[in-house]
Amino acid sequence: MTYEFDFSVLLPFWREFATGVWLTLQLSALATVLGFVLGTLCAIGRADGSPAVKWAVATYVEVIRNTPLLVQIFLVYFGIATLGVHVSANMAAVIALVVNVGAYTCEIVRAGLESVHKAQLEAADCLGLSRVQTYWHVVLRPAVERVYPALTSQYVLLMLASSITSQISAEELTAVANRIQSDTFRSFETYIVVGVLYLLLSFVVRAAFWGFGMVVFVRRRKLGTAL
Amino acid sequence: MPGFSFTHLEFLAWAALWTVGLSVIAFVGGGLLGFVVALARVSASRSLRIAAIVYIQLVQGTPLLILLFLIYFGVAIAGFDAVPAIIAAGAGLTVYSSGFLAEIWRGCIQSVPKTQWEAAECLALTRWQRMTRVVLPQALRLATAPTVGFLVQIVKNTSLASVVGFIELSQAGKLINNSIFEPFTIFIVVAVFYFALCFPLSTWSRSLERKLNVSRR
Amino acid sequence: MHAPVSAKAVVSLSNVHKSFGALKVLDGVSFDVGPGEVTAIIGQSGSGKSTALRCINALETIQEGSIHVCGHAVHDPALDRRALRRDVGIVFQSYNLFPHLTVEQNIMLAPTCVKSMSKAEARELAREVLARVGLEAKAEQYPEQLSGGQQQRVAIARSLAMKPKLMLFDEVTSALDPQLTGEVLKVMESLAAGGMTMILVTHEMAFARRVASTVIYMHQGKVWESGPGSMLDRPQTEELRGFVGSGL
Repeated sequence: MTYEFDFSVLLPFWREFATGVWLTLQLSALATVLGFVLGTLCAIGRADGSPAVKWAVATYVEVIRNTPLLVQIFLVYFGIATLGVHVSANMAAVIALVVNVGAYTCEIVRAGLESVHKAQLEAADCLGLSRVQTYWHVVLRPAVERVYPALTSQYVLLMLASSITSQISAEELTAVANRIQSDTFRSFETYIVVGVLYLLLSFVVRAAFWGFGMVVFVRRRKLGTAL
Repeated sequence: MPGFSFTHLEFLAWAALWTVGLSVIAFVGGGLLGFVVALARVSASRSLRIAAIVYIQLVQGTPLLILLFLIYFGVAIAGFDAVPAIIAAGAGLTVYSSGFLAEIWRGCIQSVPKTQWEAAECLALTRWQRMTRVVLPQALRLATAPTVGFLVQIVKNTSLASVVGFIELSQAGKLINNSIFEPFTIFIVVAVFYFALCFPLSTWSRSLERKLNVSRR
Repeated sequence: MHAPVSAKAVVSLSNVHKSFGALKVLDGVSFDVGPGEVTAIIGQSGSGKSTALRCINALETIQEGSIHVCGHAVHDPALDRRALRRDVGIVFQSYNLFPHLTVEQNIMLAPTCVKSMSKAEARELAREVLARVGLEAKAEQYPEQLSGGQQQRVAIARSLAMKPKLMLFDEVTSALDPQLTGEVLKVMESLAAGGMTMILVTHEMAFARRVASTVIYMHQGKVWESGPGSMLDRPQTEELRGFVGSGL
C-alpha cells in the first residue's frame, strides 16, 4: 500500500506551531545569554583563578561534556524536586541548558583568552587599567571575536538540543509537535513540518549571530580581516 | 519501598552494553555513509558536491530527536509494521553521525595542502589514485583526534534512542526511577556510567590532538 | 661611579640587585635622573638594560636596593602600582596597541578608565596628542592599517595622553626598518626638547649622543660607565670602546 501524505490536517494547527517556534526561540535565547555569561566567567576562573577555582571549573567542564544532556535534564528536573523545591519543567529546562552550554562556552572562550598575547596585558597594566578594566576592554573583546564562529555553531547546536527538553514536557517546539501528532495521528507529516521549522530556525539563529557580530565587531565590519 | 539495589545496578550495566552496541552501530554506519558523503563533498562533480552540502545542512540543521521520530514513523508508513527499536535507533543515529562525520572529514581532506594534489597530478596519478594514495593517508592523520572526539557525541546521543523505545542507559534509568523514584541516586549512577564511557575517549582525543600539534611544529 | 642622590631626582636607583633564578641580571645598579633630563641606557643584549627599565615601572620586582620614581617607593611591596602608572608612561619595542580598537580609542581608553575623563574630553585629548606625533589624520584607522613607525608613534601618543611625568622607551625602534626609525626618533627628540623627563634603552648611538643629557653604559648588570653624550667619543673602559667600535 502506498501512503498518502496529508499535510492539510495540520493547517488548523499553525498557531500552535508558531507558538512552538517562539517558545523554542525564547528558551534558546535565554539559555544562550546566561550560558555565555556563565561560561565566560568560568573561562576567566580557569585562566586566572586560585587553584581551587581552576580545579572546580575543570571538573565542571569535564563532567558536563562527558554526560548526555538528557541525563542532566532528568537530574535537574527530578533531582531538584526530591530536594523539596518545586521547579517547573520550563525552569528545569533553562537551568539544564545553561549549565550544559556553559561548559562548552567555557572551553571555547578559554581558547580565545589564550590567544590574547601577554604583551597586551602588560600594556594595559602600564596604562594604569585595573584587572577588571583590562579584562573588559583589552582581553574579552578580541578573545570573543576570535572564537565567535565556534560560539555561533555551539549556540545553533544548543537551539537544536533544546528539543530534548520536550522529554520533561517543557514547552517548546518539539513538545508542541508531540501533542499535535497525537491529536491528528499524522506523525510523519507533523515531524516533517517541525523538521523544516528547525532548519529555518537554525538559519535564523545563524543570521542573528552574523548580524550581532557585525554590530559588535566594528573593526571586522570595516576592514573585513580576522584579528 | 525498596531502594536502589544491586539488581538495579545490574540492569544499568546491561543497558550500558546496549549503549555501547548502539554507539558502535552508529559509528560504523555513520562512518561508512559519512565517508561517501565526504568524498561527494570534495568530488569534481558540481551536482554531487551540492547534494552533499544539502545533505549535511539538512542533518546538521535538524535535531536528532526529530530525525529519530521521522525515521521511526517513516519506516512505519513505508509498510513495515513493527520496526525493531534497534533498527530505528541505529538508522537515526547513523544518519545523524554521517552528517557530522562527513563535515569533519571534509575539513581534514581539504586541509591537506594543495601542493600535494598538484604533485600527485604531476606524477600522472588518476584522481582516484591521488585521493587514495596521497591525500587520504594524510587526511587520516588529521582526522583521528576529531573523530574520536565525535565518538563522545555519539555515545551521549544514544541516550535519545529511548524515544523510539530502545532500552539503553537513560531509558533504563528512567524505568528504574518509575518504580522506586530515587531520581538523584539513579541518574547520578547513570551519569557515572556515561562518564566512564566518554571520559577515556575525550582524554584520548585530546592527547591525539596534542601529539598532532607537536608533530606539526 | 654615580652622582649622589639628589633630592629633586625624578628617578633614583640605589644599589639595585635582581636575579632570574641563578642568573644575576642587575648587580648593584645606581643612578639618578633629574627633571627634564634625557637618559639613554646602552649596552649589549643581556647587559640588564631592559630589565633596569622594567624595574623602574614595577614590571619586575627587585631583590635588593631601592628605586624611587616620582615620589613612589617602587621597591616597597606595598607600592600602589596604579598610582605609579599614572605618573610613568612606557613604550614597548612591539608597540602593543590594542588591535580591536581604533587609534583614537587606543588613546582614549586609559584616560576614560583610569582618570574617569568624559568621552568628549578624551577625544579632544586624543586629537591633541596625535597632533604632537603628527598623526591627526589617522584617528579613525585601526592599528593594522598603519606602518610600524606610525603604530609606534600612536603608542607614544597613547602614553602621552596620561600626561606622565616620566616616559620610558624600551628599544622602541628595534623592530622598525631604518627608514621608519627616523620618524619615531624625531617624535622622541621633540618630546625631549619640550622638557619631558625620559629614559630610553636604545641601540641608536647617534641619537643617544645627540639627544641624551646622560648616557649610561651597562655591562654585566652594572653601570659600567656614565656621563654626557660626548663620553661615547672618549670611552674610558675597554668594554665601552669595544661596544662603540662594534657599531652597535
